[in-house]
This record gives sequence, C-alpha cells and structure tokens, in this order.
Amino acid sequence: MVAKRLGFGLITLIIITALIFLGVEALPGDTATAILGMGATPETVAALRKELKLDLPLHVRYFTWLSDFSRGNLGHSLANKRPVAELIGWRFSNTLFLAASAAVVSVPLALILGMLAALYRDSWFDRLISVSTLGAISFPEFFIAYSLIAIFSVKLRIFPSVSNISDQMSFFQKVPLMILPCLTLTFVVLAHMMRMIRATIIGVLSSPFIEMAALKGIKPSRIIIHHAFPNALSPIINVIILNLAWLVVGVVVIEVVFAYPGLGQIMVDSVAKRDIPVVQASGLIFACTYVLLNLTADVLSILTNPRLRSPK
Amino acid sequence: MAFFNILRQSPWSARIGLGIVLGNVLVAIFAPLIAPYGEPEVVGDIWLSLGKGHWLGTDHLGRDLLTRLFYGARNTISLALIIALLSFAIGISGGFLVAVVGGWIDQILSRIVDILMAFPTLILALMVLSILGTSIPVLIGVIALLDSTRVYRISRALAMDIKVMDFVETARLRGEGIWWVMRREILPNALPPLIAEFGMRFCFVFLFISALSFLGIGIQPPTADWGGMVRENAGAITFGILSPLFPAAAIAFLTVGVNLIVDWFLSRSAEIRAR
Repeated sequence: MVAKRLGFGLITLIIITALIFLGVEALPGDTATAILGMGATPETVAALRKELKLDLPLHVRYFTWLSDFSRGNLGHSLANKRPVAELIGWRFSNTLFLAASAAVVSVPLALILGMLAALYRDSWFDRLISVSTLGAISFPEFFIAYSLIAIFSVKLRIFPSVSNISDQMSFFQKVPLMILPCLTLTFVVLAHMMRMIRATIIGVLSSPFIEMAALKGIKPSRIIIHHAFPNALSPIINVIILNLAWLVVGVVVIEVVFAYPGLGQIMVDSVAKRDIPVVQASGLIFACTYVLLNLTADVLSILTNPRLRSPK
Repeated sequence: MAFFNILRQSPWSARIGLGIVLGNVLVAIFAPLIAPYGEPEVVGDIWLSLGKGHWLGTDHLGRDLLTRLFYGARNTISLALIIALLSFAIGISGGFLVAVVGGWIDQILSRIVDILMAFPTLILALMVLSILGTSIPVLIGVIALLDSTRVYRISRALAMDIKVMDFVETARLRGEGIWWVMRREILPNALPPLIAEFGMRFCFVFLFISALSFLGIGIQPPTADWGGMVRENAGAITFGILSPLFPAAAIAFLTVGVNLIVDWFLSRSAEIRAR
C-alpha cells in the first residue's frame, strides 16, 4: 500500500516537472521573441535563442533542465539577470516561515475548538463554528486581510499594514510584522480544520466501543480524551497535513496584500513581467511542496490505520 | 405556484441567500440604468469620502465607486457564470462518457485528471497565464478546464452509481445509444447533486477570478471588476479610507448568498430522499 502510494507520488512529481517544462515550451509565444519585443530583428532573436539553448532538441533540454534543477541551478531571471536560486531561496524560507507560524497558531486552536464543538454538539458554540465555516469558505482572503488591516493598523494602530521583513531583522523584530498575515491565514484555515476535526470525533463517538465506555460510566471528557481521540488521530493528522499543504499554496494572495517578501509574491510579480524562469522555478517548488505534503498525509494515514496497513 | 409553496416553507437563511443573489443579478443586468455615472467616467477628486453625489466615495482615479461596483457586478458575475457553465459542460460530458464507455478512455482521462488535481490550482493557473498572457478568452479557457476536473470526478462517480441500475440496463437492451443513455437516463437522475455542485463551483470560480484580478492577472483595467477594484484601491486603506473593503465585501456577500442557497438545497434533497 505505502509503496504503491509512494510510487504514484513519484510518478506525479515526474509528470509535473515534465508538464511545467513542456508547458513553457509548447505553448505559443516564443520566449526569445517575448523578451526582445516586436521590434527585434531575426538575427538578435536567433542569438538569444542560442544563448538560452532554445536551439537544442526538446528531450535534451528537459533532462539538462531537470538535472540543473535538482542541483539547485535554476537558471537566470530574464528581468534582472540574477540567478533564480538566489532570488527565490530566501523568499521560499520566508513563505515556509509564514505558513509554519500560521500552523503553530491554527492547529492547536483547531484541535481544542473542534473537540469542544464535538463535546457540546448543537450548542450555541457549535452553531457559531458552522457559521464561521460558512464565512471562511465564502470570504475572499483579501477581504479578511483588509478588514484586519482596517481594524488593527488603521483604527487601533497596533500592527503595521505592510510586512516588509528583511534578512537583517532578528526573529523578535519580525514577529510584530508577521502578526496580521499570520492571523489572516489562521482565519482562512481554522474553520475548515475545526469542522473536519469535529466531524471525525463525532463519527468516532457514534461507534460501539464508545457506547460501551459510556455504559461503564466513564466521564464524557475522559471518553473524548482517552477513547475517542486516539482513534480519531489518523483522520485528524490527515486533515492537518492537507491544510498545511493548502497553507503553503494559499499564502500567495496574502503575501501580495501585505507585501510580504515570499515566494508567492515574486511569482505573481514575475507572471506580470513574463519572467518565465522565475515563474517556472517557483511554480515547481510550490507544486512539489504541495504534492509531497499530500503524499505524507496519505502515507501517514495508511501507517496509522491497521486496516489499511494490511489489505485483504 | 409550486415554486411559491417551496419558497414559503424555506428557512430564513435560504430567503436571505435568494435575496442576495437576486439583488446581484438585477444590479448586473440593469447596471447602465441604475448607475449614476458611466463606467470609465471621472467624476471628481481621487478617494473622496462618502457623501452626496457619490455614495461610496471615489476610487484611485476619481471615478464613482458605486458606479464601478455596479458595472463590476456585471463583468465579474457574467464571467464567472460563463466559466462555470463551460466547466460543467466539459466535466459532465467527460465524466458521463467515461462512466458509460469505460475501458482505456476512462483510464487515460482519469489519470490526467488525477495529475491535474494533484497540482495546486492557483499555481497552475499562474504558470499557464504567464505564458499565454491574460486575455479574457484565455482566462475563460484555463479556469474552465482546471475547474472541469472537479466536475469530471463527481459526475463520473454519480454516473458509475446510476449506470448499474435496471432502467439503464433496459435502455441499453432496447438499443439506445451512448448519447441517449447519457442525456435521458443518467443526467436526470444525477441532476440534484450536480445542481448543488454547480452552486459551489460557481462560488469557487467567482472567488478564483476575483483573486486573479486582485493579483493583477485577471480582468484587466479599465474594465470594472470587483477583485481588480480591491487592488486599485488598496493604497487608500493606509489613509483610513475603506474603499477597497466595499468590492471585497460585495464578493463575500454574493458567495455567502450562493452558499446559503446551496445549503438549503442540499438539506431539502436529503429530506426528499429520506421520505
């Protein structure tokens, strides 16, 4: 089971790299012409094609690109000629930092609130959670982000509205700048995670062994923590990792709102500038992170579930 | 009359949802009639505060924000609707076809869909749009195709359940072709879940276009659209002017409305099935 899933994940990754490469190649709009503009002479276009190695056959270029990529050589930005790795390496760590800090806040919160909602089903608290879920799936991220800015940085003047962190800053200098983007991300994922956790726990609670425990006279809080939670662990881990995958990708809009120097922000910038190498590299990094996290979620849920571990 | 009876029994949440959607549709249709100014018309200073003559103030170029909001409803909603319809046409016909025909077509299409769905949608869209450029037809094609993978999954699953039923078997034995089976046997029976799915996909597409426009790679100015308006007016918020919040709230409002209707529809069809 695990090997099969890992194999599928590997194939997905290979196809994704091929698709990203081919997509750039096969779609109309020659890169060399795009860089030089309409007024370029055929000679300059040919020279640039040679410089970009566009004259070599397709499969040769794919394997060169792939092996370069795995060695961290991501090519050069078309816009400012700097190495792509240098441009995006630091930004990718910023993106991961933002996603991780949002996860640190939202995962424990979702666990606690989800369990409380399962415990006090159909109470006002439970209803509040389903209303907030409706909000979380309906509101665009930038609506939440700008509302938070309007409240916290314009009215109350507690946090800045721009999160322009730099490498020179220490961890504690970064923290106040990160609070608003982190809060926005938390809002976006929290309701969904809470709801899934609530649903899994309620599902487990309706199984016979819980009824048995209740008939033995065990307190409800003890049933939830000692009997329901261990059995709900595998689906919960799954939900959390899927949301982490979503966090890493979902930061794009939020990074743009807060001008946070992350991978998503440079990707959007490069799309506007048609800086293909940067788009290609950041797209590939995003896609790989997403696929790998999804893969981890699936493998973990197979490993933690004895029934899936030994299929009949 | 039957429709009004259903409406009378509907919960207040569904009525609010219907009201919101109806209001948005009316504004979208009659935008040129009710808007106080023309779409690209500059009416005053930039970022004027709310007041008589321009109820929501003006934008970053001094255009009336309310007018832009009305025209934005028209452009954004119609584009989202076109994309959602196209995505459903592709997804449903693909999903039904492979469910009925099966075999290698099913294998190939389903594997392609698996791969596309393993890709984060926004990232894929960004990459494709960076290469193809951002014109409206490209936007429609790319988002519809990406979104149709989700529709394909659900319609294939629905059709798989329905095609093993006796009445489909009977139709096949009667000698009906694939097209008939897809359209007259499977489609009517898969309709309720598909309609609910349509509401949700519409919301997704709507939010997606708004996000792309917000990022500056969706609908291009000077065409008014809600995501783009948030982007254009984003600078105002640091001066304490709330103009980017109005279009953002309009987006949130419409998606909440559609979701309320979808919830009502789902619980209603669950009730009917339980009877």
